Amino acid sequence: MLKRADPATGPVVAAKNVSLVFQTNDGPVNALSDVNLEIRKGEFISFIGPSGCGKTTLLRVIADLEQPTEGEILVNGTTSAIARANRAYGYVFQAPALLPWRTVDRNVALPLEVMGHSKAERAERVARTLKLVNLDGFERKFPWQLSGGMQQRVSIARALAFDADLLLMDEPFGALDEIVRDHLNAQLLKLWAATQKTIAFVTHSIPEAVYLSTRIVVMSPRPGRVIDVIDSPLGT
Amino acid sequence: MLASLRNGNTIPVVIVLAVLLLAWYAAAVRMNAPWQETLNTRAGEVEVPIGDFALQTWAQERPVLPAPHQIAAEIWNATVALEFTSRRSLAYHASITLSATLLGFAFGTLLGIGLAVIIIHNDTSDRSLMPWIIASQTVPILAIAPMVVVGLGAVGVTGLLPKALISMYLSFFPVVVGMVKGLRSPERIDLDLMRTYNTNSWQVFAKLRWPAAMPYLFASMKVGIAISLIGAVVGELSNAAGGGLGVRLLTGSYNGQTIQIWAALFIAAGLAAALVIAVGLAERLVNSAMGARA
Repeated sequence: MLKRADPATGPVVAAKNVSLVFQTNDGPVNALSDVNLEIRKGEFISFIGPSGCGKTTLLRVIADLEQPTEGEILVNGTTSAIARANRAYGYVFQAPALLPWRTVDRNVALPLEVMGHSKAERAERVARTLKLVNLDGFERKFPWQLSGGMQQRVSIARALAFDADLLLMDEPFGALDEIVRDHLNAQLLKLWAATQKTIAFVTHSIPEAVYLSTRIVVMSPRPGRVIDVIDSPLGT
Repeated sequence: MLASLRNGNTIPVVIVLAVLLLAWYAAAVRMNAPWQETLNTRAGEVEVPIGDFALQTWAQERPVLPAPHQIAAEIWNATVALEFTSRRSLAYHASITLSATLLGFAFGTLLGIGLAVIIIHNDTSDRSLMPWIIASQTVPILAIAPMVVVGLGAVGVTGLLPKALISMYLSFFPVVVGMVKGLRSPERIDLDLMRTYNTNSWQVFAKLRWPAAMPYLFASMKVGIAISLIGAVVGELSNAAGGGLGVRLLTGSYNGQTIQIWAALFIAAGLAAALVIAVGLAERLVNSAMGARA
């Protein structure tokens, strides 16, 4: 058993001996093998490694989208399921996953509607988060009217809208070209500084990981495991 | 003006229509010729010039194949030129068929959506309901319709409802198939996103599955409304007293009134086309509200 740390000072995420085996038609796949990790409050932590190393799976385990077959994962001192029920994190997927029939503002408002915020509260939060990702003025556009980079910024705004302290990002800029990606990385750093959030960031780009993070978790495939954790000198 | 004709679809459409009409008139001459020859022989008219003979075949009272202008005239006489309340008014009978169609279509669409919702939320119901739903459509509607109409008539349910039930029986099927597919159309990533918000299944339905299913719903409803009309007409065949286009088809065939049959057929076809167009218009309204690319 992990010690139930005080959520105010303890680690935001604590993984202890986490393993996950997927049963597939070709036999079991060790997606994660004996992962031990702590993510501290306010950190910008990157997960890097070749495809199949389990970095996305680890993020999904933290988000309670996958269940570990062994070990224990605590988010804010509670189980990941309780953390999800408490809306403890915002998740940014590889694709923007915007609902095409909703305008930008209503896409950002989606989690707020689900969580039962009042209309006035929704409008205020939507305006604030869209400003944070420099998309004020695009409220009434539909997703297809935006570029890929702008769509991904909308999805970041959506993850920020309900003020979760933890931001889980799964290769959010992986599908974008390099110029847009560099620009968004710079924006993300500013956003991190402005919001003081804890960010867990999956990438397969070493420069991106080095540029963004305070700590880099290096992972390796077959079985997916953590082989090194590096304190990044660039990120502060 | 000429350029816009050349570039548009008008000329091809007119040509196709003209070819169809020509073929029809030619077929009318050929199919009505034997009876016309008999008539002419009886009347002692021999050696009728071919042009006059053709005109005769297009003007018979009970032709095997009526000419288009005869049908057009019959439609005019039985709708515009006739009091609506007349038992011979095709407009009156069309309105009866239309009511049954719309009621049955509404029932069928609601039933189809309801079944689809149950099916996608419950694996057992998928496996237990779907075979029955498919089997229901393999039974010939012509065999079921009289049983429904007569059976309900025996317990005092007459008029619109039995016919609407037959429409429903036909029209729920495309809706259930389309909506099962539509409600399952959201991708894994969309469902994961909803899960990160800790949504309940009602929220997933209302905010994700239902809007995502709209294109499927309208495609299904276009099929559904056309076969609703067929269901209503078939239902009318079993209850001649109730009126409707089906009854006009039936009495026309009893009395050899081919022109009347064809006129009713064309009204039914026109009605079906108008209904499909109406669903299409509703689809466009919903699409533009849902941000579809213009």
